[in-house]
Formats: sequence, C-alpha cells, structure tokens
Amino acid sequence: MESEKTKEESKPFEDPEKKPDARQRSVEPQPAYRGEPAASAMVAERLSAYYGAFKALADINISIQQNKITALIGPSGCGKSTFVRCLNRMHEVTPGGRIEGKLLLYGEDVCGRDVDPVQVRRKVGMVFQKPNPFPTMSIYDNVIAGLKLGGRRKSSELSEVVERTLRQAALWDEVKDKLKESGMALSGGQQQRLCIARTLAVEPEVVLMDEPASALDPVSTQKIEDAMEELKERYTVVIVTHNMQQAARISDYTGFFYIENMGDPGRLWEFDETSKIFSSPNRKETEDYVTGRFG
Amino acid sequence: MSQLATTSARYRRRKLLDKAMTVMAYLCTLAAIVPLVLVLVYVAIKGLGAWSPQFFTGLPQLFGNGGGIYNAIIGTVIIVGLASLMGIPFGIMAGIYLAEYGNNHLGSLIRFTTDVMTGIPSIVVGIFAYGLLVVSMGGFNAFAGAFSLAILMVPIITRTTEEMIRLVPGSIREAALALGAPRWKTIVYVVVPTALGGIMTGILLSIARVAGETAPLILTILGSNFLNTRIFQGPVAALPLQIYDFSRSPYAGVIEAAWGASLVLVLMVLILSLAARLILARRGST
Repeated sequence: MESEKTKEESKPFEDPEKKPDARQRSVEPQPAYRGEPAASAMVAERLSAYYGAFKALADINISIQQNKITALIGPSGCGKSTFVRCLNRMHEVTPGGRIEGKLLLYGEDVCGRDVDPVQVRRKVGMVFQKPNPFPTMSIYDNVIAGLKLGGRRKSSELSEVVERTLRQAALWDEVKDKLKESGMALSGGQQQRLCIARTLAVEPEVVLMDEPASALDPVSTQKIEDAMEELKERYTVVIVTHNMQQAARISDYTGFFYIENMGDPGRLWEFDETSKIFSSPNRKETEDYVTGRFG
Repeated sequence: MSQLATTSARYRRRKLLDKAMTVMAYLCTLAAIVPLVLVLVYVAIKGLGAWSPQFFTGLPQLFGNGGGIYNAIIGTVIIVGLASLMGIPFGIMAGIYLAEYGNNHLGSLIRFTTDVMTGIPSIVVGIFAYGLLVVSMGGFNAFAGAFSLAILMVPIITRTTEEMIRLVPGSIREAALALGAPRWKTIVYVVVPTALGGIMTGILLSIARVAGETAPLILTILGSNFLNTRIFQGPVAALPLQIYDFSRSPYAGVIEAAWGASLVLVLMVLILSLAARLILARRGST
C-alpha cells in the first residue's frame, strides 16, 4: 500500500531528462520521517487546490511535524499562501476555491463532507500577512474575540487567557496598562503580535502564519520570531515566508514551493529538514533559490 | 532652449486654466450653499417670533396667533418613530443580504428594485398606503402614515448599509472566520459593528428625509387640530401638514405660526443631519 502510493505520488515529479530516483524520493517526506519520535500533526496527500477552473496547487504531499516550526518558502505566486489556507479550509472562503485530495489533522479527515470548517479553524488557527485586529474592539476584546465568537464564554478565565496569550506573543509588557484601548492604536508590529495572541487564545493545535513579518520592521520581526520559538513548545507552527534567513533561523523543516512554467500549478518541490534544504538540497531549483540565484 | 520655452508657455496656459477652473468651482460651491443659508436665515427670522412656551404646548387655533403645535410635534414623533421601527430592521437586513450574500441574480433583482423604489414619487407611495391601509382600516390613521414613510426609508437604508458593509475590509472577515467564528457571528459581531458608523448615518439621513414628507401624509393621516396618540384610529397631526394648514390661513398671526413650525421642522432635520455627519466623522477617525 505504502509503496504503491509512493509510486503514484511521484508521478507529477517525473522528468525524464534529469531526475534520478533519489531526488524523487526526497519530495515524499512521509516515509522518510515515519518512525521518528516527532509525530505528524497534519498530513496532506495528493492535495490540489483550485480557484474556479484554475489549478493553483497540484499534488502536495507533506507531513507537518508536531511541535516543530515548518517554513514554506518559494517564489511569489507558487501557492504557499494557498496551501496554508487549505490547511484550515480558509481557501474555500475565496469564491471558486476548491480542494481535492486528502488532508488529515492528527489522523482525522479535515476536508470530509460532514466536517464543519468552523471546527477545523478552531483547531488550526491562522495569522495573516497584514495585521488585522478588529477595529471596533479594545486590545482585551481583540484577544478574547475568538473565544466569544466561538461561543465559549468562561468569563472568569478570560483575563487569565488575555495575560497568558499576550505574554506568549511577547506583547504583554507593552500593552498591560492599556488593555481597554483600541487595538488600532498600536503600531504595526504590535498589532501583528496582538493578532498572534488572538489566534492563540482559541488554543488551536496548529498555528498557520502567512508571512507574518513581511509588513514589519526588523525589530518587530525579531520579537515575533522570538515569540514563535516559544510557541512551538505548545503548538505546531507553519510559517510562509519570503525571507530565507528567517526560514533558516527559526524553522525545523522547510518546504520549497516552485512553479516550473508559467501557468502551471504550484508544487511542493522539495521538503526536508531546514539544515538539509539550506546546505545540500536535492534539487537544483531549491539550491538556486536558497542561494539567491533567482526569486 | 527652445524646448524649455515651449514647455513654459504651455505651463503658463495650464496655470491660467487651473486658476479659472478653481474660481469656477468655488463659485459653483457658493451658488449651492447660498440657497441653503438663505432658507435657514429666512425661516429663522420669520419663525422665531412665533416661538413661545404656549407655541410648544398648545393646540392649533384657526385664528389669533395660531395657537400651538404640540399635537403636530407629538404626531411627527409617533409617525417617524413608528416608520423607523418598521423601516430600519428591513433596511439593515436587506443591506446585509445584498452585501454579504447578494452576488447572484436575486441580489441584482433586489438591488434594481431598491434603486427604482428610491425614485418613486412619495405621493404614489401615499396612494398605495391609502388603498392598502386607510380604506381597509376604515379611516385615516397613524399606522398608514408610518407605513408610507417606512416604504420611503427602506431603500435609502438598504443601499447605505450595503455600501458601508462592502467597505469593511475582507481581511477583517477572514480574521473572524479564521478564529473559528461561524459566518453569521462574523457578520453580526464583527462586520456590522465595523460598519455601524456608516449605517447609523444612513438611518439618520433617511429619518431626516421622511420627517419632512408631506404628500403621503395627506393621504394617510390627513392632519388634525387635536392631539391623537392612537396608532390605528383617527386622523393625526404632523409638522409638515400643520405648516400647510397654517399657511393657508388669512390671519397674519396664524401665518407666523406656520413659519414657527417650519423652523422647528428645519431644525429637527438639520440636527439629524449634523448628528449623522458627526457619527461618520468620529467613526472615520478611529
């Protein structure tokens, strides 16, 4: 069964000109990491994503390790963001957004017919590229918004949740005296950490971050990276980034997304431990990208 | 050298044209504002003389100084309040539907209908309410008047609500959805509050718009010289009708009362409009 699937999955990567077998195997992380102590939090099998008739992602196979940071890198428009949006079913919020293939969260099907996307999103949280605190809410209310919107009100615990998550997001000391002020009054970097705290308050199992620091200055970026380092003790983190140094600094695993020809769907070109991707990747395009030769 | 010279000649012409256009724009603005100021000042000068404590607490008289407009103020408050109760929920919900779910044929149909409704003459709405409610209920009544005003309010509220909700950035919606909020909670607790300033503005402007309506009221509440607070029975007074009534009187004192009532109505509408502006401005700055 396993080998059969392996053969099937490798099909999209077939390239008679230059790809030896060893390279193909490297894009199937699942067998490679099976049996290691770290367990898979999320597994995608032959996952494809569409916008209407346009296929944006093709046959993604990936296994996201629990309590690790997985970075997704690659040129613009190669489907990284689309992929993380698939992981919590935000992709289907986009008109025409559609997913094919299999996606598992701790062995449970995420895309099943009778799976409520609302439940999925409570377990797989998301931080967006642009900080998007709720403009009508105070800092305090922003943090607990997910709890209130999710219908779980344990008002006695709310202020504990606010302090804990703001500490985890490395924002507590900066805002502890102005929790009642509007979240919009904060700087961009603070707003983004507020959004991280808001995501953590729901206590998801996986936290997706779609270029969380790309709109921020280096100091704010540093703070968010520090926060992420602590986050992985409690959560599984997937981060999309255009910043290769950032991926190298913080992540344990790295996936490289790539589009070979214009108009093709994006593919997961290579997935491996971060040290491997940045030192001796198996595929030439990965090496070109991480060494800055293109993209 | 020569090239620079041509440029500067063109530049001079452009600067001249710019000046001319600016002056024209200022003049047009002035022309638009002058009537408003004149109306306000004129109504204030003519109307203030009629104001007295009795004017606000008494009932109208057909002679002397015209008596008071207490019943008309109460009537207008009842009818506009009732119209708001009927019109605002429909308008807001229709606006939410159009903005959040209305990107289909049904949505376009409703949007088109709403636009047509905005243009329907108010007297026609009055006749409709007359046929539907006055005749069937056996006489003029406040409910029929409020109903006709509500019909005039709904399209205004619907379209402003839709526009304001469309202005809420998609990222805010996504943030709520990604937190595991169901769509309806996202709309009720995140999207609508974010757009609330604009929605309130639309509501206040629609109220200001219908508060001065006269035509549909003639056909639905008729007007009255007595205080009538019953909703389903009997003619009711309202400010616009009272002004019309007063102004047809041969007595100078009663005519002055018409000015006084006009001033009350103009101030009511002005205050509502200003409140709408204020709310929008305050919301816009945060």
